[in-house]
Amino acid sequence: MKTWLTAEITTSAFHARAQRFYYGWLRLRANRLAFAGFCILVGLCVVAILAPLLAPEGSNEQSLALRLRPPSREHWFGTDELGRDIFARIVWGARITIRISCLVAVIAAPIGLAVGTAAGYFGGWVDTVLMRLNDIFLSFPGLILALGFVAALGPGIGNAVIAIALTAWPPIARLARAETLTIRASDYIAAVRIQGAGPLRIILRHIVPMCVPSVVVRITLNMAGIILTAAGLGFLGLGAQPPTPEWGAMLSTGRQNMLGAWWLAAVPGLAILLTSLAFNLFGDGLRDVLDPRSE
Amino acid sequence: MPSWIAGVAKGAASIVVTLLGLLAITFFMGRMLPIDPVISIVGEQADKATYDMVYHRLGLDKTLLTQFLLYMRDMLSGEFGEALFTGNKVSVDLARVFPATIELASFAIAIGIGVGVPLGILAAVYRGTALDHIARFVGLLGYSSPTFWLGLMGLIVFYAALGLVAGPGRIDVAYIDMFEPQTGLLLLDAAMQGEWEVFGNVFRHIVLPGSILGYASMAYISRMTRSFMLEQLGQEYIIAARVKGMSRWRVVRRHALRNILVQLVTVIALAYAFLLEGAVLTETVFAWPGFGRYLTSGLLAGDMNAVLACVLIIGLIFVGLNLLADLLYRLLDPRTR
Repeated sequence: MKTWLTAEITTSAFHARAQRFYYGWLRLRANRLAFAGFCILVGLCVVAILAPLLAPEGSNEQSLALRLRPPSREHWFGTDELGRDIFARIVWGARITIRISCLVAVIAAPIGLAVGTAAGYFGGWVDTVLMRLNDIFLSFPGLILALGFVAALGPGIGNAVIAIALTAWPPIARLARAETLTIRASDYIAAVRIQGAGPLRIILRHIVPMCVPSVVVRITLNMAGIILTAAGLGFLGLGAQPPTPEWGAMLSTGRQNMLGAWWLAAVPGLAILLTSLAFNLFGDGLRDVLDPRSE
Repeated sequence: MPSWIAGVAKGAASIVVTLLGLLAITFFMGRMLPIDPVISIVGEQADKATYDMVYHRLGLDKTLLTQFLLYMRDMLSGEFGEALFTGNKVSVDLARVFPATIELASFAIAIGIGVGVPLGILAAVYRGTALDHIARFVGLLGYSSPTFWLGLMGLIVFYAALGLVAGPGRIDVAYIDMFEPQTGLLLLDAAMQGEWEVFGNVFRHIVLPGSILGYASMAYISRMTRSFMLEQLGQEYIIAARVKGMSRWRVVRRHALRNILVQLVTVIALAYAFLLEGAVLTETVFAWPGFGRYLTSGLLAGDMNAVLACVLIIGLIFVGLNLLADLLYRLLDPRTR
């Protein structure tokens, strides 16, 4: 396996791709901080998947006799004002955090790619109009714009995701446009065009795939900010609604009792911090791995 | 036509377009309300006549374009419409709450600059050493932490447990009547009137939220300072100066630092703009009677008018500070002329 992965001459496209992947993996491994971030994110996914096993009682099992208990052997992270186990809520909350980040990525990336590649490929007034729109969206700080949208749409996770996605696409579009501008001038695009391919086909089949790696890196780097924005909306009561165990919303309800029960505020905040730190570390490493200039 | 006039004209045109865009976005936000704005004012029991009257007063019977033009008139006149939850014009409310935010943000930016710039320089000069790693990690933590959570933890540790700082709010009630607010910046007012006891109380209130906001901008400023500095230190003129026998710190101070000043100014302007975003959450945590808290109270009261006016204003300030950064860059850096 190892000789196959490090062979000097590749025998197939799959072989070559596997090798690139393997060397990228080695570079990621070599970057200790990035690898740590990667491990935290994998751990988060495992926790989210295994939630029914780790916390079989669910996130809303109340026992009012056990209100506001400090961390102990039975309740690792203590209990909240309704006697719910905070560990269980953090575990189930991991699912919500992952769902929010995936949904935002799935909505924002295609919008950004479509706008960016179209602006870059067509140029002219299409470019001017789309990039102006982009600049206008960029001229609000992310949280404020998201806040305005959720305020208008009404609170809730779904609307929070839409609002965050609306604020997350402009940097992607800008990046995709820059990539498209360099790709557009290359010979292979001219070749497909001579063969009669239309703009849609050229963009979808030949330009978009080339933009994907850098878009993935950008989304990963921006994910830290997206998670902080989602938590901030939850904290302001605009995101997930109680009793959903979303970490930001947990901070917001825990706030009332936090001066006597520090774990109510400390634990969910640490979970948010750890996740956003992991995305920052991993994103930095991923940029080094995927950036051809660093080779 | 000289090229700089064309440049200015082009810049002005793009500002106008951006302004129109900001207005259009906030207008659009106001129109996508899932609830009927009339019912949210008059309630469901209102009769048809009342409903029609409010419907007419809100201008909903006009075409969308007329509504947008009216909205523009309200916004551009600087009054920003009426805040339903306070009953005042939004402009009047904002004049009252803005000094609190300015004071907080200025306190924070002072910390951001005072700590961030030296830290960034040290990290660049001692690149790769333990000092560099620590500085970068501290910065990364600042990037990754939710500021509102740092605020909550700060209150638990420094206020509730240690009693080192004062709790939420800007000033203790007992001190409010001891001096005349003039500028609205309480630290400045107290100092000018020689009320040092009041000054101490206000300081004990501002130090925690100010430091936490300052930490976030410090993370940004130190990171940028480090990368600007590294770029300069790699240049040949630095080596030349060193070869001529200049000491390391003299080279840093006299040559490298002077060359990154322009870039630093633009970064600081942007950091100040980002402070406004952080202030919305921090002010909520610390019950700080400023702009951010006004915005969140408007949100809780369901007052879209006030909320959208605030969103628009933050957008305007953001654009303004970006523009200022750009202008400063052109003004200070001879290479851009």
